[in-house]
Amino acid sequence: MNTGDTAWVLISSALVLGMTIPGLAFFYGGLVRRKNVLSILMQCFIIVCVISLQWILFGYSLSFGPDTGWGIIGSLKWAGLDFVGGQPNADYAATIPHQVFMIFQAMFAIITPALIIGAFAERMKFSAFLLFTVLWATLVYDPLAHWVWGMGGWLRNLGALDFAGGIVVHVSSGISALTLAILLGKRCGYAKQPFRPHNLPFTVLGAALLWFGWFGFNAGSALGANELAANAFVTTHIAAAAAGLAWVLIEWYHHGAPTILGVATGVVAGLVAITPACGFVNPLNAVFIGIIVALLCYIAVVVIKSRLGYDDSLDAFGVHGVGGIWGTLATGLFAEKAVNAAGADGLLFGNPKLFLVQVLLVVVVPLFAAGMTWMIFKAVDALVGMRVEKKDEIVGLDLTQQSESAYTVVE
Amino acid sequence: MKFIVAIIQPHKLEEVKQELEAVDVNLMTVSNVLGQGRQKGYTEIYRGAKEVGGLLKKVRLDIAVNEEFVEPTIAAINKGARTGKGEVGDGKIFVLELADCIRISSGERGGTAIG
Repeated sequence: MNTGDTAWVLISSALVLGMTIPGLAFFYGGLVRRKNVLSILMQCFIIVCVISLQWILFGYSLSFGPDTGWGIIGSLKWAGLDFVGGQPNADYAATIPHQVFMIFQAMFAIITPALIIGAFAERMKFSAFLLFTVLWATLVYDPLAHWVWGMGGWLRNLGALDFAGGIVVHVSSGISALTLAILLGKRCGYAKQPFRPHNLPFTVLGAALLWFGWFGFNAGSALGANELAANAFVTTHIAAAAAGLAWVLIEWYHHGAPTILGVATGVVAGLVAITPACGFVNPLNAVFIGIIVALLCYIAVVVIKSRLGYDDSLDAFGVHGVGGIWGTLATGLFAEKAVNAAGADGLLFGNPKLFLVQVLLVVVVPLFAAGMTWMIFKAVDALVGMRVEKKDEIVGLDLTQQSESAYTVVE
Repeated sequence: MKFIVAIIQPHKLEEVKQELEAVDVNLMTVSNVLGQGRQKGYTEIYRGAKEVGGLLKKVRLDIAVNEEFVEPTIAAINKGARTGKGEVGDGKIFVLELADCIRISSGERGGTAIG
């Protein structure tokens, strides 16, 4: 047991919670119209409550508990945090209490379904959202976390690398987001009337909090206060900076204006892309990862989305899905044992096998996530109906789902 | 009695107020409004989605005056609100007949209630 490691992972856990609330809540909250801002804040807050309970009751055990035999899912042996106490679990983190590892992972389980909110914002029924979230966490996130990170997980055994959740968190949520956006259909009036972000300062504040919290997400995933955490911290910061600047230069050239929403979006895309790679690549390659992700996500959000016509309201797929896929592949290109001896060399360091495993990840995980999301959608839609009534959507979710309004006009 | 409605550029409010005070017109209601006229709006871009020609921010003044104040009020607003370059966007003044005016605190009516 190491007190420095324990302190760092505890603080990182709090930093990652800060990414969902208030970070993501305000990032997304500022982007919607004023009649829907509370629905976003509510969804982000209630996800923290619901998934925290799901996690300690059975989610953690399904994800990280002893494998049931085929590398598909953990057993329920650790349900209710049985066997999860103060003693370290050497399989996952030998120098910190098992409970600290568990609560750090809880924050990842929380933010992942919260990212999907961006796709169905402004039109999902609250009861359906709750049901969907619990089912998705249990049937998509927990198995995926087990495949990639759990002891005995089949993708882990193949040698897949995902330092902090590029595939488990961002690709899984991004692909599910796209699936939901297509199944749910467009918001009333989409592409016919302007949908302006109602409070860009909120969005910028949220993006800044995400950047801050991401140090816990990525550097905390070293699970110790050591040189690996330092490398992850530096590459995370550099990729975010490169992507933010690249996004602005691209849009300045393409649309004639450097926008604050552009920098904020670019920074988040950079953070997404470096997430799977941060503990395996060197800082200069992080710059390259950041520049390329800005270009790819810009094309996805600005060009492809409008061509194909799906309504991914806040670009959960365009940023997290596309950025996560690029980051997962980039890990297969740029990973080097010189950075992390426990990792592997990538294609550019003479090891094509890792790259092929990473390609397998970006094929298998999207198929699984999309298929399961489709099934959960059909089930919840049949049970309670996924979408609010048209008149409720026009009035806004704040008044019709939460019976509150964010801003008073008269005293 | 007349009811004067003026739509002006927001940054001209302070000058218009000073000109009105100079001709002893001190009572007015001011509100933020959006509008479009011959002046074109600005283009806004959100993640590449362009919105051309949005409504522009303007300030609206509502002023109720007795007959002898009508022309001085119009002159004062003109003086304060005109940017002087003959450009579009300086706004408009509308003059309406006013049927009655009631001061709530005392119940006075008509011309005496205005000032």
